[in-house]
Amino acid sequence: MKFFKQIAASALAIALGSSGAAMAEGAKIGMITTLSGGGSGLGIDVRDGFMLAIKQAGNPNVEVVIEDDARKPELAVQIADKMIQSEKVDILTGIIWSNLAMAVIPSTVAQGKFYISPNAGPSALAGKGCNPNYFNAAWQNDNLHEAMGAYANFAGYKNSFILAPNYPAGKDALTGYKRFYEGDLSGEVYSKLGATDYAAEIAQIRASGADSVFFFLPGGMGIAFMKQYAASGLDVPVLGPAFSFDQGILGAVGDAALGVKNSSQWSKDLDNPANVAFVESFQAEYGRLPSLYASQGFDTANLILSALEGADVKDQDAFRAALKVAEFDSVRGDFRFGNNNHPIQNIYVREVVKEGDVLTNKVVGIGLESHQDAYAAECNM
Amino acid sequence: MTTMLFFEQLLNGLQFGVTLFLMAAGLTLVFGVMGLINLAHGSLYMVGAFACAWVAAATGSFWLGLVASVIAAAFAGAIIETTIIRRLYDRDHLDQVLATFALILIFSEGCRFIFGSFPLFLDVPAILAGPVTLPGGLPYPIYRLSIIIVGALVALGLYLLISKTRLGIRIRAGEADREMIAALGVDIRTLYTIVFALGAALAGFSGALVGALQSVQVGMGEPVLILAFVVIVIGGIGSIKGALIASILVGIVDTLGRATLPSLFGIFMDPSAANSIGASLSSMLIYVLMAIVLIFKPEGLVSNNG
Repeated sequence: MKFFKQIAASALAIALGSSGAAMAEGAKIGMITTLSGGGSGLGIDVRDGFMLAIKQAGNPNVEVVIEDDARKPELAVQIADKMIQSEKVDILTGIIWSNLAMAVIPSTVAQGKFYISPNAGPSALAGKGCNPNYFNAAWQNDNLHEAMGAYANFAGYKNSFILAPNYPAGKDALTGYKRFYEGDLSGEVYSKLGATDYAAEIAQIRASGADSVFFFLPGGMGIAFMKQYAASGLDVPVLGPAFSFDQGILGAVGDAALGVKNSSQWSKDLDNPANVAFVESFQAEYGRLPSLYASQGFDTANLILSALEGADVKDQDAFRAALKVAEFDSVRGDFRFGNNNHPIQNIYVREVVKEGDVLTNKVVGIGLESHQDAYAAECNM
Repeated sequence: MTTMLFFEQLLNGLQFGVTLFLMAAGLTLVFGVMGLINLAHGSLYMVGAFACAWVAAATGSFWLGLVASVIAAAFAGAIIETTIIRRLYDRDHLDQVLATFALILIFSEGCRFIFGSFPLFLDVPAILAGPVTLPGGLPYPIYRLSIIIVGALVALGLYLLISKTRLGIRIRAGEADREMIAALGVDIRTLYTIVFALGAALAGFSGALVGALQSVQVGMGEPVLILAFVVIVIGGIGSIKGALIASILVGIVDTLGRATLPSLFGIFMDPSAANSIGASLSSMLIYVLMAIVLIFKPEGLVSNNG
């Protein structure tokens, strides 16, 4: 029975396909993301958001194959090769971490496939290394930190203490903050990547006399820092990107996170129809509140689906143009691509609040309006 | 750096060392008595933390969670000892590493299967929350202070157990000559299970204590495991006393290195270079310490055979 349905669908597609853009085209999409081990919460949210959009679209010609990279670059490269060469996918997506993205994206686009990033946006691929077949549907890595720097000026902070892990994305984060922040720095510390004890750093913050603390510590590092910070009795206000205050993590941080300002291009209370429907359907489907990552997965899928509405993925120029116009209702509101295929979008400032028993975020302002990344000028597209 | 900040960092180092000791004590005991390299020790640490978080969430009591962590880890330890580890004693270290590495994967994915991929919430109990003012006006988290005290008590308890009880005598005898004590009629299989469960219980207890301070998530045990191995190599494999000295040494060197190196380099370098070099060097510091100790004392600080 299923077989007949497929034949019928294909026949219909052929019949309508010649008549133009009325019928959505099919495509095979390969998703490589982190589904096991440390950091798997992020990949699972991206996948769930992505698959929700695919399910809602109900296009039978779109096929998605999903594999777990376990946060290992060498594994991600192997999966990408397999997906491109034997599975013959048209589009790759899904990677969470910048180091994995750097290992996979350049070779993917060099083989003439599309890569749409739902998360990682390393600076190397936004500037000189930009590519017409690489699109980022989330952000360039520096963006959220830049917005927090702008917010620190607005809030009148003059003496920030800044902290990040000692690895490329950590350095990008502090660079991003400093690009917009105009005050002085009372300290700049790079902690060990994966460290979970921040007693030494908190003692330095106490001794530095800072009026604000900005930190970028993704995953378990941020949870550990916030809990220890709260226990230390320090009451210097804390700022950070959304990663350490997102839905998947807030439950583990607990009340220590209440009142913290964080920056994000999306929030569950953004008032646009697409977002209201997304938050509701995500909760109905998976029984939990969507996170930032889920929203990015959802948008990535809708971006691809919108491009398939108008173009065949085999016709690369047409499909590229269809992606570039980004004609879909993003759950973050206004959304368009810059010359380097990275978003130009508002970055909001959110505050951690308690709704009943659940910790969540609410938008309190805009950090940067229609913000484009700092590397766009270096990209000659 | 002011004296106050130095003193605070010293306390932080001591507290870090004490938590390392709880991990390293079990690891070194198992290696000393059974000659087994147990990579899954970090998983038992994770089991303790998850058990504590789960029971604390279900009952609302951190203390019940703490009890549960010890029981769950000891139980998990006893089970894997009798079913899997027991078959590895006669094999070489490579087989042991392979099998216990498999256990890490099984425990990690098992935990993820049961508790999901998102970190669990576990906070310090209200009575130990917040800072206390130490003599001299230094505010210091009560919880960290309690960890130092608890760690000292555990060290004392282990000392008494090893040196004063019949079980301790058997453990020491097992370290010295396992064939001989088996020949003397000691039930060596039960002894091994007890030692393994004891090591597991210490790891689980440490996981629960630290989990409240840090984050309870899949894979939390492995970074600590690496440090615990560094500690037992520095301290002398098989020696509890060595583990205690080495863990406090590692804790203090690591913490003071993180706190002082970047500013030390800042004296003669520009700040951004000093920051990145200082940060990189401070994360290597304990391995440098290990290399230096091994050059002068290849068997570790406290050699068991000496």
